[in-house]
Amino acid sequence: MFDKRLINEGRQVKGYLILTVGLSVGISLLAVAQAWYFSQIVANVFLGKAPFKAVEHALGLILAIVITKAVFQWSSEVCAHEAALRVKSGLRQQLLQKIFALGPFYVRGEKSGEVISTIVGGTDALEDYFAKYLPQLLIAVGIPLIILVFVFPLDWKSGSILLLTGPLIPIFMVLIGKLAEKKSLQQWQRLSWMSGHFLDILRGITTLKLFGRAKDQIRVIARVSESFRESTLSVLRIAFLSALVLEFLATMSTALVAVAIGLRLVYGTLSFSSGLFLLLLAPEFYTPLRTLGLNFHAGLSGVNAAARIFEILNVPQPNLIIEPNSNIRHSRILADDYQIKFDHISLTYEQEDTPALQDINVSLNCQETIALVGPSGAGKTSLVQLLMGFIQPSEGQIFVNGEVLQAISPNIWREQIGYVPQNPYLFAGSILENITLGKPEATTSEVIKAAEAANAHEFIMTFPQGYHTILGEGGYRLSGGQAQRIAMARIFLKNPPLLIFDEPTSSLDLESEKAVQEALWNLAQGKTTIIIAHRLNTIRQANRILVLDQSRIVEAGNHDDLMIKRGLYYQLVQKARGLSL
Amino acid sequence: MKRIIWLIRLLIPYWPRILLALFLSVFTVTSHIGLMAASAYLLARAALHPPILDLMVTIVGVRFFGLSRAVFRYLERYLSHDVTFRVLSRIRVTFYEQIEPLAPARLSHFRSADLLSRIVGDVETQQNFYLRVFAPPLVAFLVLLGYGVFLTRFDVRFSYILAAGFLMAGLLLPWLIKILGQGIATRVISLKAELNTQVADGLLGMTELLSYNQVRKHLHKIEQTSDRIIKHERKLMKLSALSSSLIGLIANLGMLSVLVLGILLVEAGRLKGVDLGMLALGTLSSFEAIFPLALLPHYCEQNLAAADRLLELMENKQGLNDNGNLLPQGDNLDLRFQDVSFRYDQDEPWVLKDLAFAIPKGSKTAIVGPSGVGKTSIINLVLRFWEPDKGKIFLAEHSLPEYDLEGLRDLFAVVSQQTYLFNATIKENFLLAKPSATDQELIEAAQQAQLHEFILSLPQGYDSYVGEVGLKLSGGQRQRLAIARVLLKNAPIIILDEAFAGLDSITEGEVQREVFHLLEGRTIILITHNLLGLENMDEILLLGNGRVIEQGTHTELLQFGGVYNELWKRARFVS
Repeated sequence: MFDKRLINEGRQVKGYLILTVGLSVGISLLAVAQAWYFSQIVANVFLGKAPFKAVEHALGLILAIVITKAVFQWSSEVCAHEAALRVKSGLRQQLLQKIFALGPFYVRGEKSGEVISTIVGGTDALEDYFAKYLPQLLIAVGIPLIILVFVFPLDWKSGSILLLTGPLIPIFMVLIGKLAEKKSLQQWQRLSWMSGHFLDILRGITTLKLFGRAKDQIRVIARVSESFRESTLSVLRIAFLSALVLEFLATMSTALVAVAIGLRLVYGTLSFSSGLFLLLLAPEFYTPLRTLGLNFHAGLSGVNAAARIFEILNVPQPNLIIEPNSNIRHSRILADDYQIKFDHISLTYEQEDTPALQDINVSLNCQETIALVGPSGAGKTSLVQLLMGFIQPSEGQIFVNGEVLQAISPNIWREQIGYVPQNPYLFAGSILENITLGKPEATTSEVIKAAEAANAHEFIMTFPQGYHTILGEGGYRLSGGQAQRIAMARIFLKNPPLLIFDEPTSSLDLESEKAVQEALWNLAQGKTTIIIAHRLNTIRQANRILVLDQSRIVEAGNHDDLMIKRGLYYQLVQKARGLSL
Repeated sequence: MKRIIWLIRLLIPYWPRILLALFLSVFTVTSHIGLMAASAYLLARAALHPPILDLMVTIVGVRFFGLSRAVFRYLERYLSHDVTFRVLSRIRVTFYEQIEPLAPARLSHFRSADLLSRIVGDVETQQNFYLRVFAPPLVAFLVLLGYGVFLTRFDVRFSYILAAGFLMAGLLLPWLIKILGQGIATRVISLKAELNTQVADGLLGMTELLSYNQVRKHLHKIEQTSDRIIKHERKLMKLSALSSSLIGLIANLGMLSVLVLGILLVEAGRLKGVDLGMLALGTLSSFEAIFPLALLPHYCEQNLAAADRLLELMENKQGLNDNGNLLPQGDNLDLRFQDVSFRYDQDEPWVLKDLAFAIPKGSKTAIVGPSGVGKTSIINLVLRFWEPDKGKIFLAEHSLPEYDLEGLRDLFAVVSQQTYLFNATIKENFLLAKPSATDQELIEAAQQAQLHEFILSLPQGYDSYVGEVGLKLSGGQRQRLAIARVLLKNAPIIILDEAFAGLDSITEGEVQREVFHLLEGRTIILITHNLLGLENMDEILLLGNGRVIEQGTHTELLQFGGVYNELWKRARFVS
């Protein structure tokens, strides 16, 4: 429950946390004063037959105390939450910085959803830890001790009852907590499993219908829910015990204190006002301990959320160790004449056994068009990722004009590259904003020119809002071909010397396909172009074809050469022509 | 209002438990009042130095309340959670019962995983309904009633003070806080959605952001949104602190008022001094019943919004008519589309327009065309997930609605592009197709689909878990599992809806040939946008603009030299 890294985060907001605890101590001192005046007033009126006039002043003091307490209460809560909000916002920034430093490879695939919810929601779970659990921990130790200071001088018996039972509360809490913790953890897993089961059925409802099994699920859902209820209750039976013990200790000792004081009053060894004062202090003694018990869960879920957050923050940064060489004239890295050389490159992804690329040796020359061809999983995408600097090779180096790629600042290197992925990502925002991503200062006429060159202008103008059509979640959805043309318009604006194009595997929309192809060749004019290609048409126009299979380059050459060789490429072409089925 | 009624109606079957839980709650608070009041009374009596025996009843009372509170609280929590889980179960079942007939057609917008998770979340949200929305006001009311009546025995004005305090702290204050925080809470929700979009944009579009050097700018944008959320959350937090400190203040003021009135009454000789402490402390303790009300508007809003979304899905939707009673006969299973037109919604364009073709029993038909041309809609119509707007579909001599729905669907087996695997064992996923299948049948089907060896290589064999929580199967393995299911179902008409997409082209060809071989003799409808490997089809229907634009065998269509020919030449090379 004491997470070192969390406490470290708490250091930044030390001031607020101390203020929270200080105010809480103030509140309990005020409560002591209130109890004192209350017992004085009641004693005076009851036993001293004092008239209203005589206690008026004390009543006024109680009123003042009560109002001050409310103000302190408010301030203490605000301070606690302020601390929590600051930590939360800080961690969120740290997470984002880290994720971007890790690059697109880290969040690929299914992982992205989980990471998003950690960044947005996971940090929220920490709020209660800092607002409720952490300060309460100190309060629960401090305040009972302060109360005891007032109780002991008046009546050591009552003080002993409090002193003996007080520590029992945390002890029992820990004991029962330990007992129930494991079970309740399992229960939380079962709870998410239960919702998961329901979600599973909803998702698969079409499949269920196809097999005529959809109606049966009513019984299944009822049965699963029922068994979940039974097992949960059997856990809660134990989990609630901790609350029972807490409650029991607090109320029973209050009752014990009351009876003990009552007896002393009968024998006249204690004054009524002191007795009443002691009785009122008993709840003040137990309240912070009980609150801690109630907030225990907030602490637990905070620690759990923190585990995931720190796990991300502790992922080792990719090895961009080499200091970018400032001697390189960055703006002209890929000027008129250049060569990119893959030298004995191998790549094995973390947590995978088989290499994604092995011993790749290839040079890319200025203004060349190169097609990467091969079955899925052959390593085409990995090659491109390496070139973009999103991942680093496990072995070997990439050289740009004889300079190690790692020595070039990634931002400046990526400025030289225009990349069109298979499914370009369009951001929530207008088409205009999406096109001007790389050049926000572009004029309207520049944008239209780029869109025209990318064969996108025409379809954009068919939308009622034209360039101001909103894309993304809740907005307009573009087809794959349209999205690619927007991505290409972006690149026209950027006009980089190196172009990487990932051809869509499937699209049969003749019009769109033609438009994308045209835009591609417009774009490739005078540039070095690397195409992950799937269509014979595209491949034949390349100067050089690299055939990849099982992480190696198995063939290289132009179409005619490769056809004569009768290797893998020849087989694939034959297959495509329907001659080898 | 309708939402509240719906939610309350879900509680009705459990009224005995609910009543008991409510009373236990009231007793819990009463014990607290009793403990403080009886203790104060005990001290006051003791101060008059009576014989101890006279105090025995009061002492027993103090001890009883000291003990009973914990017990009542324990029982109450146990029972109210029991009720909560029962209600949740009932909501799940009711919800599923209502939407099951609508799926999948009328729930098509419902496919996104996000929406489904939200529904599940909306159901889970209802666990707060009894605990935090329904019970607290009733408990507060009963406590007010009980302790209020007790106070009238001394002076009716004590009851007025109590009632005024309860009204202020329990009704006025939550309402005021709600008004003050109204805009802010919704603003936080929408800002959070915005943050979510921006973070998702950042993560999914990271490649683009990096290559356009826009990371810093995007991070700055996220930071601004995050800061705005924090700013609003800070306001909300201040309000909630205000609410809790004001409740405390009102409780103390109530106690003080009772004390002042008590002192005046004692002075006037209309109240015994011995009761003074008891009345004041009892009043302070009774406010415990009010504390849960502070959060009530918040939970109430959440529950109602969630109930709204659930009801919206359950209502206003017509299931299809299921009155047919013909059972399909085995020997004539020709399918025929007669001028079928179809669109998904009144204000959407036609997906299929006057579509007419026939699929004879035992033939192999391919339906091809670009994505979005309505290929899958044809399947939705054949399976009666949707109904055509115009025209009819015939099976043998009768139109589809004349058949018994389950009997009709029994004729078909579908392998779709995205085979859904349930989070269950391989065996259970198989058994879906035929619950009565023996182990021998399972193994045979798996062997035919060439999956048996692979399954045996798993540590748990057929009892291995698949799906999201279990083993991740490759695309090819999933498809083989789907094929095995189809074999197990042994239906006469097989629909392969982009079944092999996503496999690389060499594997795709092999799997397709193999499957056709396995399914020999059955009607096969192959839906694909891949034109390769259609040489052996009896008929190819090329769809465009919702109609059949070309029709014939592969050779015929190539000779015809039309769109098919053009498309085939451009066909993809390797995937």
